[in-house]
Amino acid sequence: MSKVKTNSWQLLITMTALSITISLYLIFLYVPSERIMGIVQRIFYFHVPSAWVGFLAFFVAFLCGIRYLARREARWDAVENASIEIGVLFSTIVLVSGSIWARPVWNTWWTWDPRLTTTLVMWLYYVASLLLRQMVEDKERKARFSAVLSIAGFINVPVVFLAIRLWRTIHPVLFTTEGAAIEPSMLLTLLSSLLSFTLLYLCLLLIRVGLASLEDELNNLKLLSTLHSPEGVE
Amino acid sequence: MNFWRGITAILRKDVLTELRSKETVSTLSVFALLVVVIFNFAFELRVENAHQIAPGVLWVALAFAGVLAFNRSFLLEREGGCMEGLRLMPMERSVIYVGKLLANILFMLLAEAIILPIFAALFDVPILNAALWMVIVLGTIGFAAAGTLFAAMAVNTRAREVMLPILLFPIAVPVLIASTKSTAQILDGQPLFEIYAWIRLLLAFDVIFIVLALLSFEHVLEE
Repeated sequence: MSKVKTNSWQLLITMTALSITISLYLIFLYVPSERIMGIVQRIFYFHVPSAWVGFLAFFVAFLCGIRYLARREARWDAVENASIEIGVLFSTIVLVSGSIWARPVWNTWWTWDPRLTTTLVMWLYYVASLLLRQMVEDKERKARFSAVLSIAGFINVPVVFLAIRLWRTIHPVLFTTEGAAIEPSMLLTLLSSLLSFTLLYLCLLLIRVGLASLEDELNNLKLLSTLHSPEGVE
Repeated sequence: MNFWRGITAILRKDVLTELRSKETVSTLSVFALLVVVIFNFAFELRVENAHQIAPGVLWVALAFAGVLAFNRSFLLEREGGCMEGLRLMPMERSVIYVGKLLANILFMLLAEAIILPIFAALFDVPILNAALWMVIVLGTIGFAAAGTLFAAMAVNTRAREVMLPILLFPIAVPVLIASTKSTAQILDGQPLFEIYAWIRLLLAFDVIFIVLALLSFEHVLEE
């Protein structure tokens, strides 16, 4: 069992490394620079996949949240929490890389476009839900609360987007991030980059879940050692 | 009809507590009014520009006041050890949610009934408008539906009442946008069909969060 696990883990790591290498080649050497935006447009191949991974991570957390509440198995909570942490990380990358891209192209760091605003609101919510996790001592209660939060948060994302779009269509939208039809070489690079980021997400998720189970084990050992120590006996 | 009896029992208990202390509604109204006054300093609010800023001021004040109300409604149960009593009720946990939600909506509406006339007098905005009341009621229901669910969690954390606003405000973004925008349109005298999209959004949010809370509240209150 553990041998199969190690083998598939090594396969995943190898594939991720390979995929990232190919993507980096495609992004920096193969794909042509965009005509108007120039070299800064290459941030696109990091920005869009990060957004995808952020969304995927919150979706996985949503599914794990439902699963946890139905089954009450601690590992679903571990996966859910790992996924939210990774989701927050990649959403942060989306916001930062988006701002860096927007500065030369739109001539501003930030605009209240529906997609930007939704991402920011989503980011704030999941950061708050990680904070709440820190504030609950009881492990089981912590898991229940964060399951409910991950479900509520994900269900709300489309409503937030709809609200902000309605709000913005009343006033004209100044910028859209959508370009025209995409060049085949750019599409290839984007797809490769999406694959790399998704594989990277899987790696990070597995590592984080493994770390959580080690943390658990350590806490149990600590508890045991206090029970067996002289003060504990008394 | 055990379900309804449980709900009315909780609602009666909360109303009775409020009638004896009169603490929640009075604190809410005074607090909301203070927020309006502070905005007045911050934005140079005058009757001339009131139509542009007033809806935002009103809803920010109501949102802040709501957070106080929701926190208080569960902190009171916690302090007296009453949560254990409620948990002992031989009924589904969602009964507690609905009872608490109705009490919270009622207190917020009462506070709004006090604030609105003063608000109208201060900024010279017309409030005798059925559409405006509908928006306020729908917005209050949505805000309270999410707020009651999250407050039950927040008071069980180490940070207590601090947790609620940072969770509730991002979630309630649709309610805040829809309420503010439709209030502005109503005060602008736009016809009802113009705000139809917002009303629909508010209704959708209300339904989504009430259903979600009914389904998940037993997991929140479990011990």
